[in-house]
Amino acid sequence: MLTLFVTFFKIGLFTFGGGYSMIPLIHFYAVDKYHWITEDEFIDIIAIAESTPGPIAINSATYVGYKVLKVKGSAAATLGVVLPSMIIITIISAFLMQFKENIWVEYAFMGIRVGVAVLILNAAFRIFKKVKKNLMAWILLVFGFVTVYFDFIPIVFVILIGGVVGIIYAVLSKEGEVEKDA
Amino acid sequence: MLEFLLELLKLFVSFFKIGLFTFGGGYAMIPLITQEVLANGWVGSTDVLIDFIAISESTPGPFAINIATFVGFEQAGVIGAIVTTLGVVMPSFIIILIIAMAFHKFQTNKYVQGFLAGIRPVVPGIIFSVAIVFILRGLFNIEDYQYRDFKLEIGALVIFAIAFAVSKLKRRVHPIIIVLISGLLGIIIYGVL
Repeated sequence: MLTLFVTFFKIGLFTFGGGYSMIPLIHFYAVDKYHWITEDEFIDIIAIAESTPGPIAINSATYVGYKVLKVKGSAAATLGVVLPSMIIITIISAFLMQFKENIWVEYAFMGIRVGVAVLILNAAFRIFKKVKKNLMAWILLVFGFVTVYFDFIPIVFVILIGGVVGIIYAVLSKEGEVEKDA
Repeated sequence: MLEFLLELLKLFVSFFKIGLFTFGGGYAMIPLITQEVLANGWVGSTDVLIDFIAISESTPGPFAINIATFVGFEQAGVIGAIVTTLGVVMPSFIIILIIAMAFHKFQTNKYVQGFLAGIRPVVPGIIFSVAIVFILRGLFNIEDYQYRDFKLEIGALVIFAIAFAVSKLKRRVHPIIIVLISGLLGIIIYGVL
């Protein structure tokens, strides 16, 4: 259990820039080094982590932990992956206020705010590229953009509506195929 | 005391919601975080939130945990940080445990597939809208649909163009590089020039 905790602590500490950069490290430790899971299980875990809500890091830590030591293992791995972030950010938070009174730091942040817009724009493009494009996808994309931009509906409902439309589309297109066959 | 506990509960519920409705990694979380955090007035201003996002992208660990810790700490100290992190982690933890224990076939389920196929295109749409909001705000001084306030921020435009160009140099440029370059440009343009 301690090994699980320490390993995921390391994974949390040494990955910059979110869940996806964590995947190679998880593979190294969980598959190659400790043989906690097989290659096939690893691929399953990534697929499941991507198709369930929440941070990919937490999803995969919970899953790997469970494979090794059931619920206890999940708790140890998740705590491990979370702890470095919490410690680092708490320290930064505590000092940030003092830094921010420095005018040069404020200038830097004025630039960084623009950089963040670039990051988010690129993320939108990157995620969009992975979407299978059909009419439904385009309609849902525009729907997501418009409703959130103009603040028509809370984001939670926008996502739920997307999911429901997806289910209806899946059911209908299935029936359509049956009709064609008949 | 009661007020403090209520505040903690609100933080927990908010971040539980954020964890539950984020599909597809850290960036997908930004729109919901922006909505929840600004609606509740948990950080001083949009600027502060964007600063948190920048630091969360350039420090180790999952983005979700970093930003949750930031907002929680800002609002209620270390206890707040623990509460928000717990909130954002809980939905994943529970859902993955259920899947690992019992629901192996969940991915091949037709309804799950349909649900995910519907969510996937919505997510970039939502992220695009936040990107546009941030761009209008930073580059053109337009906030809350006040299009009359339009004013071209030349400095910001230059930073945006350079940062964007750098981000396209390689297939995947690390966020920290964009943060460092735009920070440096900020110092040069606003401080030196």
